[in-house]
Amino acid sequence: MVLPVVGLLVRSDLTRFPSLITSTSSLNALKLSLLTAGLSTVACVLLGVPLAVVLARSGARGVRVLRAVVLLPLVLPPVVGGLALLYLLGRKGFLGILVTTLTGEQVPFTTAAVVIAQTFVAMPFLVVSLEGALRGAGDRYERVASTLGAKPWTVFRRVTLPLLLPALGSGIVLSFARALGEFGATITFAGSLEGVTRTLPLEVYTQAEVDVDSAVALALLLILVAVAVIALARPRALEGVRS
Amino acid sequence: MTLSAEIALRRGEFTLDVGFEVPDGGVLALLGPNGSGKSSVLGCLAGLLRPDRARITLGGRGLAGLPPHARGIGLLSQDALLFPHLSALDNVAFAPRSTGAGRAEAKRRAREWLTEVDALELADRRPAQLSGGQAQRVAIARALAAEPGLLLLDEPFAALDVDAAPAIRGLLRRVLRSGPPTVLVTHDPLDALALADHVAVLDGGRIVERGVTRKVLSAPRTAFTARIAGLNLVPGVAAEGGLRTSGGLLAGIPAEDVVEGEAAVAVFAPSAVAVYLRDGEHRGSPRNTVEGIVDALEPHGPVIRVRARGDGWAAGLAADLTPAAVAELALEPGTPVNLSVKAASVAVHAVSDH
Repeated sequence: MVLPVVGLLVRSDLTRFPSLITSTSSLNALKLSLLTAGLSTVACVLLGVPLAVVLARSGARGVRVLRAVVLLPLVLPPVVGGLALLYLLGRKGFLGILVTTLTGEQVPFTTAAVVIAQTFVAMPFLVVSLEGALRGAGDRYERVASTLGAKPWTVFRRVTLPLLLPALGSGIVLSFARALGEFGATITFAGSLEGVTRTLPLEVYTQAEVDVDSAVALALLLILVAVAVIALARPRALEGVRS
Repeated sequence: MTLSAEIALRRGEFTLDVGFEVPDGGVLALLGPNGSGKSSVLGCLAGLLRPDRARITLGGRGLAGLPPHARGIGLLSQDALLFPHLSALDNVAFAPRSTGAGRAEAKRRAREWLTEVDALELADRRPAQLSGGQAQRVAIARALAAEPGLLLLDEPFAALDVDAAPAIRGLLRRVLRSGPPTVLVTHDPLDALALADHVAVLDGGRIVERGVTRKVLSAPRTAFTARIAGLNLVPGVAAEGGLRTSGGLLAGIPAEDVVEGEAAVAVFAPSAVAVYLRDGEHRGSPRNTVEGIVDALEPHGPVIRVRARGDGWAAGLAADLTPAAVAELALEPGTPVNLSVKAASVAVHAVSDH
C-alpha cells in the first residue's frame, strides 16, 4: 500500500512543490474538490442514514432489491455511472428535461453535476457501514426504549442515532474520501471545466498530459488531503459514543 | 390493577395458547424449559411480538392492540441492556423524559429510584464501568422509573454470576412487595420460589399446572412439573445454621440473602433423602432425621419416589430410591420409616412473603 506513494515521492520534485500546488488552477481545483466533496458528503448523510435504517430494519419484500440498487455504484465502473447520470439528467434525459422546464437550468457540466456524480459513487460506502452497524447492534436497545414509553421518533433520536455515531463517523470519512477521489463519473457527467467542474483528480489527469511534475505534485497534494481527513476524523469516528 | 391475559400464537410447528390472571401486587412465575413458550408470552404482553389472538387487559384497560410504548409496562431481561451512551442516571431518567417530564424533574426521579435500589453512588458511571450486578440494579431502577402498570421479568438472574444473584433477588423481592402485577419468566424453580406467590408451569406452549408456588413445587401433580421442579420444600423461619420448622431445627446452608428470623424455606432434592426402617440398624445422622410413615410409592423414571406422611417436616416429604432399595426395605404404604437428609444437601432460601 505504501510503495506506490513512495514511487510518487521519489519521482516528485520537492523544491518546486510549493510553487506547483499554489498555481491558480491547482488552488481552484483544491477549493472545488473540498467544496464538492463536502457537499456530497452532506447529501450522502441526508439520504444514506434513512436508507440504511430502512435496509437494516425493514422486513418488507422490496428491501433486497432496494439494497442491490443502492449498492450498484460500488460495482459499477464510475464512467458507466457518469454515462447513466448523463442520460438521466442530461439535455435529452427525462429528468433533465423536467429540470430544464421547471428551472430553465441544465444539470450536466455544472458544479451541481459534480456533487451529484460524487454522491452517486460515494453513498454506498456510508450505507454499507451504517447498515452493518445497525444490524450488528440489533434492535434490543430500541425494544427496551419502547417498553420505557419512548415513541418511535424518540427512540430513533435518543437511542438509535447515538449508538450509530461511531459507524456514522467512519461512514462519513469513507464517503468523503471516495467523493474526493471521484474521477470517472465526474468527467463523464460534469466534464472538466476549470473552476467549475475540474476537481483535483481531474486536474491531475489534465496536468499529466502537459506537465508531469505538476501532476505529481498535485497527486501528492491529494494524498495529503486524504491523509489529513483520515487523521482528523478517525479518532472521533472511533471514539464516537464515548467522547 | 389486575392483569388478565389470554394469548394464542402460532409459529410454524409451535402453538402457544395460554390464559392467566395476576392480581395487583401479585407475582406470577411462568416456569418452563427452553422452548416452552414462556418468552413468547412475555413478548406478547410487552407488545414486541404480535400474537394471532390476544385479550390482554390491565385494570380493565385493553392492551392487546397498543404499541409497546403506549402499554405502560416495565421489562427487565437477563441482560441489563443499559443504553451504553448514557450514564446510569440518564438511563434511569430515560423513561420519565420519554413520557414528558422535564430534564430536572426526570433526574430527580431517577435519583430517587437509584436510591431505592441502593445504587445512587453509581449515578455518574457509564454502563461499561458497571459490574453485572450493578448494571442489573440500575436496570431495575430504570424499569421502575417508568412507573409501569405491569412488570415483566425475563430470567432476571440468568446472566448474573452466583455472587451477585442473591443480592438482586433480595432487591427484587423487596421492590415487588409494593409493586404492580408482575410476570416472571424462569426455568429455575428457585427464582419462582423466591419471588412468586403463584406459578404456572408451561410445557409446549400450554399451561400444564398452576397454583400457589410452594404447593406446585413441592407437590407437583403432573410428571412434567415433577421433573423440572419436584423438590422438597419445608417452610419455616430462618435460624442460625438452618431453618426452624414446626418439627425442630432443620440444618442446612443458608443462601446469602437469607435473614435470620424471616420467613424462609429449606429446599432439597428427593434424591438427597435417605430412608431407613424405623427398627433397623441404621439410624442415620441424628441431625435432620425425622419419623414418618410411607404414604405412597410412585415410579418415577428409573427411580421410585417414596412419599411420606407424618408430623413436622416429614409431612409430604419425597425421597427417591432405587427399585432395589425399595425391595430390600420392603417398603409399602404404612411402613414406619426414618427419613434423613444431609445438612450439606439442604439449601435455605428466603421466600416471598405474599
